[in-house]
Amino acid sequence: MKQERRLRILIAKPGLDGHDRGARVIARAFRDAGFEVVYTGCHQTPEQIVSTAIQEDVDMVGLSILSGAHTYSFPRIMELLRENQAQDITVIGGGIFPLEDIPKLKSIGIKEIFEPGAKLQEIIGWVRANVKPRRALTA
Amino acid sequence: MNIIDQVLAGEVRATARLLRDIDDQVESVQSILKALYPHTGRAYVVGFTGSPGVGKSTLVDQLALKYRREDKTVGILAVDPTSPFSGGAILGDRIRMQRHFLDSGVFIRSLATRGHFGGLTRSTNDMINVLDAMGKDVILVETVGVGQDEVEIAHSAHTTIVVTIPGMGDEIQAIKAGIMEIGSIFVVNKADREGSRKTVREIRNLIDLGMRRREENGGWEPLIVETEAVKGRGIEELHQAIEKHKTYLFSNDKGQLDDVLRKRATNQLVETLKDEAFKTIMARLQVRGVTIETLVQKVLEKETDPSSLVQRILGEELR
Ligand SMILES: Nc1nc2c(ncn2[C@@H]2O[C@H](COP(=O)(O)OP(=O)(O)OP(=O)(O)O)[C@@H](O)[C@H]2O)c(=O)[nH]1
Ligand SMILES: [Mg+2]
Repeated sequence: MKQERRLRILIAKPGLDGHDRGARVIARAFRDAGFEVVYTGCHQTPEQIVSTAIQEDVDMVGLSILSGAHTYSFPRIMELLRENQAQDITVIGGGIFPLEDIPKLKSIGIKEIFEPGAKLQEIIGWVRANVKPRRALTA
Repeated sequence: MNIIDQVLAGEVRATARLLRDIDDQVESVQSILKALYPHTGRAYVVGFTGSPGVGKSTLVDQLALKYRREDKTVGILAVDPTSPFSGGAILGDRIRMQRHFLDSGVFIRSLATRGHFGGLTRSTNDMINVLDAMGKDVILVETVGVGQDEVEIAHSAHTTIVVTIPGMGDEIQAIKAGIMEIGSIFVVNKADREGSRKTVREIRNLIDLGMRRREENGGWEPLIVETEAVKGRGIEELHQAIEKHKTYLFSNDKGQLDDVLRKRATNQLVETLKDEAFKTIMARLQVRGVTIETLVQKVLEKETDPSSLVQRILGEELR
């Protein structure tokens, strides 16, 4: 009766805008896809997000952005993950981004960016294909 | 450094990954738990149970703050239900605990009930031991107050807090058999709402009704505390109530602490035995292509009944 390894995902919302409907929708969609979703609410600083990602041992962090906070928070999150030897955690972003920023974000290691038109099934499909539960530490 | 030393040194990433392996019931985790076991027994464990939304996470957040002001380190385990439809879960208890995210003296871990056949109590026990070995002074465990597993988790705690809200007094007994027996402290949270005093009286009555049994059990008379967790009101009183219970446990003249430790050890042993026995038998059946679903089908079709089927399986497997 071995338990299969379950995908663990952190959905976080950096930045100052207080509205997290998008993040909640994606959290529910991920739950319904069979993932375990740690949800932490609004106004998260990069430091809080990375600390949570590590304590919760998630395989992926999904960052939901509305207000252009990504130019600061995304690079900072990637930097903090590196500092903590946690680069193996996949990071994706969802929300509104100026088109010209997307290549920049990918160049710092954000694996994928989903814009507001993206279908939930498309995002789930991407996660299934690209994120695997971390190998057991003790195996 | 190996994983055992890393956990003992309080390293966060290593500990977090070990907890994952416990959660996923990775076989090889056993040898590590074995090595850590001698380093457990220092932490004080407080369990919180109660219906969804009564304010458990908010209380845990406030108490953690209180303990941090006393310079005690805190481990938090927060359990949320797994969706029976998808097997996924939303683990949202952290929303109430944001102020602790950057405090290296607080380690928070969310976990899902997963609804596997038992096993939650066992993995929670193992995780408590890891946080204990990691050096946390106080471990706060929040469970969903719905299943039997949650009642059992009370046996893992030194102090068990049953959280209710105004209007729930009469219900608590009906909700779950055993809930009155497990509470060392009853909290009526959301005391800003109407009916708080009445709920306190109702709980008091239920406690008085059960007092005879309690006397046989060493005589702790459960305390009732009213709180308004969002505003931090009543947290001081709750903290004092926990201290009182702790003092009672450690006042060693009646062996109360021995009782708690014995219960914890019994619970850990029994849960582990149940879990391992179940897994071992299922694994052996699996070899012959028999799964839990196959067995359920036999019962559903009234080919046999559960007891006879189990007797037969045990007869075949335990020789
Ligand atoms: N009015 C009032 N609301 C409160 C109080 N304490 C908590 N709440 C609110 O109650 C809601 C649920 O609080 P939580 O702490 O998440 O409750 P919980 O028991 O952990 O919930 P689950 O983990 O979902 O079972 C939140 O909106 C809190 O802000 C209180 O003392 N008074
Ligand atoms: Mg909660």
